[in-house]
Amino acid sequence: MTVSRFRTILYIVVAIVSLAGLADAAYLTVQALTGETAVCGGSPDCFRVLGSSYAKVAGIPVAAFGSLAYFSVFSFATFAAFSYARARLFLTLTVGAMFLVTLWFLYVQAFVLHAYCRYCLFSAAITFLLAGLVIALPPSQDASDA
Amino acid sequence: MKRYLPFIIVAVVAIATLGSGAALYRAKLPHLLTISEDSVSGKGDAESMHIRGNPEASVTLEEFGDFECPNCAKLATFLDQVIKEYHPRVRLIFRNFPLPNHLFARDAALAAEAAGLQGRYWEMHDMLYREQPVWSSSKSANDARTLFISYAETLGLDFDLFRRDMDSDKARERIESDQAHAKSVGIKTAPSLFVDRREMGPNDRTPEGVRRLIDEAVKAKSSASEKK
Repeated sequence: MTVSRFRTILYIVVAIVSLAGLADAAYLTVQALTGETAVCGGSPDCFRVLGSSYAKVAGIPVAAFGSLAYFSVFSFATFAAFSYARARLFLTLTVGAMFLVTLWFLYVQAFVLHAYCRYCLFSAAITFLLAGLVIALPPSQDASDA
Repeated sequence: MKRYLPFIIVAVVAIATLGSGAALYRAKLPHLLTISEDSVSGKGDAESMHIRGNPEASVTLEEFGDFECPNCAKLATFLDQVIKEYHPRVRLIFRNFPLPNHLFARDAALAAEAAGLQGRYWEMHDMLYREQPVWSSSKSANDARTLFISYAETLGLDFDLFRRDMDSDKARERIESDQAHAKSVGIKTAPSLFVDRREMGPNDRTPEGVRRLIDEAVKAKSSASEKK
């Protein structure tokens, strides 16, 4: 298998994995908008996290920002798979930013709220997986935009 | 064609995400519920109904609350003001709706009912909401229960009787009766508030929204009684 083909396959995997994150974040966004955090699958920890002040920024659910981030990752990975060189840079930057934000939210859950939300942990796992995949991408030798 | 393929894929995913999100939002959006007049007037459970304010008031607020839910605590403080402000035209009926994901909510409801059996329901109701951050952080049900008993002592209740009443069939049946009523009406979450049998909508979940609904109900009742 050539390096270029391996890279394309990794971009496709990144796009597919980001769809799982997008589904999770979109579900949480809808739940926040309908005010359904109170039931949250029967878990009190989930309620504490999703009902906390950390779950919103300027009145907007953080899950909405998560949805946007996962959709961006999906778009950049798709374009990168079709050899759009600039998309690779945006993909790396977006996943890097998501990785840092995920670390912050894990800190908040562990040390501030002392409660973990299963949907948030799933999202964190997806982001770590995306970060791993992006790190595993072989460096590009082709700098030209398609 | 290959040049446009990534744009098509991204557009399809965007449309699918927005479409399924909108469908899920519509499915989850709470539909406004109504309660029948017979059900509120409580023919069968008048004795067990907890009414705050003038029992003969023309306008009824009916709340389904959970003592462990922070939004219920905020609503309780607000409704207490409202009942004083609109006295004697408005009354409040409180129904227990302990959510299953709240570890001590049911025990708290039992504590309120046990206090109610000694005629001090509302005092315990207010105490439980005021002290919610304390007892809801208990490590175990036993710790929470110890706090409930200390509240009963503070309120001057017979705490031996209170302890027995918390485990009594009567207290349990009152909660189950409220839950059955909530189920028959279609309640899914707490707090849920009805103003004269009409549930407050998503846009009314503010002090101004609730006041507007009450004002409308008071006005409707006043004009109806003038016509008579």
